[in-house]
Amino acid sequence: MNIFNLFGKRPSARVASDRLKLILAHERSGRGGSDLVLLLREEILAVIERHVAVERDKVQIRLERGIGVSTLGVDIELPVTVGGGLAAA
Amino acid sequence: MAKVLVVTSGKGGVGKTTTTAALGAALAQSGASVAVVDFDVGLRNLDLVMGAERRVVYDLINVVNGDAKLNQALIRDKRLDTLHLLPASQTRDKDALTDEGVARVMGELREKFDWVICDSPAGIERGATLAMRHADLAVVVTNPEVSSVRDSDRIIGLLDSKTLKAERGEKMEKHLILSRYDPARADRGDMLKIDDVLEILSIPLLAIVPESLEVLRASNVGCPVTMNNPLSAPARAYIDAARRLRGETVAMSVPSDKKSLINKLFTRRAA
Ligand SMILES: Nc1ncnc2c1ncn2[C@@H]1O[C@H](COP(=O)(O)OP(=O)(O)OP(=O)(O)O)[C@@H](O)[C@H]1O
Ligand SMILES: [Mg+2]
Repeated sequence: MNIFNLFGKRPSARVASDRLKLILAHERSGRGGSDLVLLLREEILAVIERHVAVERDKVQIRLERGIGVSTLGVDIELPVTVGGGLAAA
Repeated sequence: MAKVLVVTSGKGGVGKTTTTAALGAALAQSGASVAVVDFDVGLRNLDLVMGAERRVVYDLINVVNGDAKLNQALIRDKRLDTLHLLPASQTRDKDALTDEGVARVMGELREKFDWVICDSPAGIERGATLAMRHADLAVVVTNPEVSSVRDSDRIIGLLDSKTLKAERGEKMEKHLILSRYDPARADRGDMLKIDDVLEILSIPLLAIVPESLEVLRASNVGCPVTMNNPLSAPARAYIDAARRLRGETVAMSVPSDKKSLINKLFTRRAA
């Protein structure tokens, strides 16, 4: 027993096993991998590109794998034309 | 323009990934912008040691193949915003890395960062030679043990022949990190002496990193040891190594974790 545990700090081995279980669950399921993200990116962009011109370099994808759920964040910079509106594709 | 540094060893499990994370974090903690790059394709681990495993979207192979841009694949550290990770692929193998693709990505990294630190896979095959190919300098990680020293000697030979720098006829800068050093065993005469290792390999010493529980703790929680416990012995060794890499003169020592009296009595009895 480590003194820190008395103050609610988890032993590092517990943190390690929680991290491992989580990441292995994701890796084994084969989902949430980069292939799925690639597919989602392409389909999301295709929908947006029907309406606005998107620069592929200006797309940031964030993923956070969690317990039970993962979050996917897609940041797309939409160009604005001089007139003020969105640039149409 | 970055300095590209490869962390290599030949032998597996000697502390390359630990060293990559610790040096990368130590350099980034001093304000430099740093990218650590995992070349261990198929067996990525740097993401785990850095605590970024849940956030990997793209990897080195995606960037090499043009499926993703470099800035889309780089993961910025949550604790230290000058530190970035380019993960290896977990599902593909190293043959998916083309020489030209790697050259292009290394060129882009060079323009973006002050330091690019490449974590080499074990072995002397293509994965290891690709990781060292574009390096300006190398850190050879060696344990004070016969097979590790012999493998380091092989790797030093490759650094002097298979890198772009060597092919251009330039001298490859090499530094030794003697890792998992155990002063008690050294005192008993059961471990190769530092001077013997230095004489055999004849490259300059960058740091002596003691065997320490703090390295295990840091990897358990996914935080480079220099950030997780900067005052610990291995962290101090790596922080000094980073200062030497930046050109400072720092006296060489074997840092040790100070033990309380009770702790000392206990370990002595347990030994
Ligand atoms: N100074 C140290 N004290 C105690 N344990 C250490 C130390 N350095 C590394 N280790 C441990 O040794 C093991 C191997 O370390 P690491 O993964 O860094 O080696 P590696 O050379 O990258 O291995 P591989 O060749 O498989 O990529 C890990 O469990 C790590 O925690
Ligand atoms: Mg490794």
